[in-house]
Amino acid sequence: MTTTNGSSPNGTLVKDTAPQDGKPVVELRGAGKSYGNIRALHGVDLSVRPSQVTCVLGDNGAGKSTLIKIISGLHQHTEGEFLVDGEPVRFSTPREALDKGIATVYQDLATVPLMPVWRNFFLGSEMTKGPWPLRRLDIDRMKKTADEELRNMGIVLDDLDQPIGTLSGGQRQCVAIARAVYFGARVLILDEPTAALGVKQSGVVLKYIAAARDRGLGVIFITHNPHHAYMVGDHFSVLRLGTLELSAARSEITLEELTNHMAGGAELAALKHELAQVRGVDVEELPEESDLQVTPAAGGSSASDATR
Amino acid sequence: MTVTQATAPATSPSSPASPAAQRDGRTAQRSLGRRLLARPEVGALIAAVGVYVFFFAAAPAFREASALSTVLYQASVMGIMALPVALLMIGGEFDLSAGVAVTTSALTAAILSFQLSVNVWTGVVVALVVSLAVGAFNGWLLIKTGLPSFLVTLGSFLVLQGANLAVTKIFTSNVASDSISDMDGFDQAKTIFASEFSVGGVNVKITIIYWLVFAAAATWLLLRTKFGNWIFAVGGNKDSARAVGVPVNLTKIALFMGVGAGAWFVGMHLLFSFNTVQSGEGVGNEFLYIIAAVIGGCLLTGGYGSAIGPVIGAFIFGMVSQGIVYANWNPDWFKAFLGVMLLVAALVNLWVRRTATRR
Repeated sequence: MTTTNGSSPNGTLVKDTAPQDGKPVVELRGAGKSYGNIRALHGVDLSVRPSQVTCVLGDNGAGKSTLIKIISGLHQHTEGEFLVDGEPVRFSTPREALDKGIATVYQDLATVPLMPVWRNFFLGSEMTKGPWPLRRLDIDRMKKTADEELRNMGIVLDDLDQPIGTLSGGQRQCVAIARAVYFGARVLILDEPTAALGVKQSGVVLKYIAAARDRGLGVIFITHNPHHAYMVGDHFSVLRLGTLELSAARSEITLEELTNHMAGGAELAALKHELAQVRGVDVEELPEESDLQVTPAAGGSSASDATR
Repeated sequence: MTVTQATAPATSPSSPASPAAQRDGRTAQRSLGRRLLARPEVGALIAAVGVYVFFFAAAPAFREASALSTVLYQASVMGIMALPVALLMIGGEFDLSAGVAVTTSALTAAILSFQLSVNVWTGVVVALVVSLAVGAFNGWLLIKTGLPSFLVTLGSFLVLQGANLAVTKIFTSNVASDSISDMDGFDQAKTIFASEFSVGGVNVKITIIYWLVFAAAATWLLLRTKFGNWIFAVGGNKDSARAVGVPVNLTKIALFMGVGAGAWFVGMHLLFSFNTVQSGEGVGNEFLYIIAAVIGGCLLTGGYGSAIGPVIGAFIFGMVSQGIVYANWNPDWFKAFLGVMLLVAALVNLWVRRTATRR
């Protein structure tokens, strides 16, 4: 393999030569993807610039997963253009995307649970030493580097030999992010990193997203939580039924507007109207007991819709 | 405990509560005992000591050095095959054709050398090529079809079993291959594959040495090389491994070819020990290899295990199969004993793993 020891130069490369002129590293122009006669994604424009967080929002089935799979090299686009550094590309394996500096941190695919933290950190790009027949893992250097990189991202683990499956979900995400940053990622794709996490852990992950951005990476942050997106995002793209419903810079949009778009704008208005009606009916015409039963249910569903 | 201060432990089921002492955001070192227990082969080692003590007490003949040599020989023939089978299992796959593949390899060498009247080394080399090809075919079919390895190798098991019998009958009109003991190169090959030497008056078969050398090499491969890292990764989580750039298909095909290489080696040992091969042999041995790996702590679902484990597993197998004879019991009980051993070992492994990972 040609990846031998190529990792550490890459790591420093990023900090030195990350383009600061704001040219997009990854750009989609009218890109789309069809699976047979199902059009999962159509006419999507997206650009990712260094030191910027581009948020892609959308409900389940909006085409977020298809979008990441195209950029990360798992699938190929069937229409439009996909440019990296201004050059049209078409990846056939994730390895090719990685070689271009595009790293993806999947929600559940990031790690091998039974393997130690340091082995996970270097999986696929192991450091080795010695001539070929006796070429072996440089375990000390890998452990040391993993520890340093994790500390740089603010993660402190004493026992790098523990299986990564014993870490909490947020910690695992952070290890995966630190790994991508170390291996010279210029663009980091995060697939719903906060979806399965509690409030506090989500905060930790958001902090590392900001840390990655400050190190000069372009971040694509996929989420269906507008609150999380608005905390770190510089640009917001909302997908709906496979097409781009909204594409706006942070200065052009407020959190309310984003939430509104996220929940499907007009649909949310209609829903609010219906809920108001239900509540109105309860309050005005029904006796107090049933009013108490219905109100929490209505409140609960509207709250979950808003955050989704 | 693995929980840092910044991350709440609530979402991690394996970490119930965080003691106040770890508030500084550092994780605690696991105790030495815990870390020792976390080794995959510890359960098997406990079982091996138990079985040894048991037969040492029950069978006086078992205590002699020659008995140990016999036990080790029995264990080595099976253990050499158990090693690649264990690696394959750590890589997340099975090979049910491993048992008959040994016979296929031996038959290929014997029939080819005899029919063409060439130096036996020609047969040995061709047998290696055939064995590796069978392994590569298993791996290729698995990757191309996406079928479970259980099904793919069950198919190749039946194909090889049938072909062993049919092809042997075509050439010899018999169920055994012709003896090759007087052919060119036989003595040389026998020295390499099936010789024995004396240590302090006890005859020791050379396969015991090979077995331990291969086990050491497999351990090194597994824990100290890039490829070993990939084996754990493809068995532990294939999709993750692929996503970070591990060549999953290459790793799996190489593991199947490793089983082929093991089958070739054992096949050559059997051929040069007995001069002839029974074409119906080997059926059922594939399960013994898997049993040795499982007793040795390899996880049936992949991603966890060691190369030392199947060595201990094979040693237990050797002790049980010979110990029953030395104790003058009815050898028919062997399989029953082995079944009990398998269940006990599996339970001990389960218990050990739970104890080790409980936090």
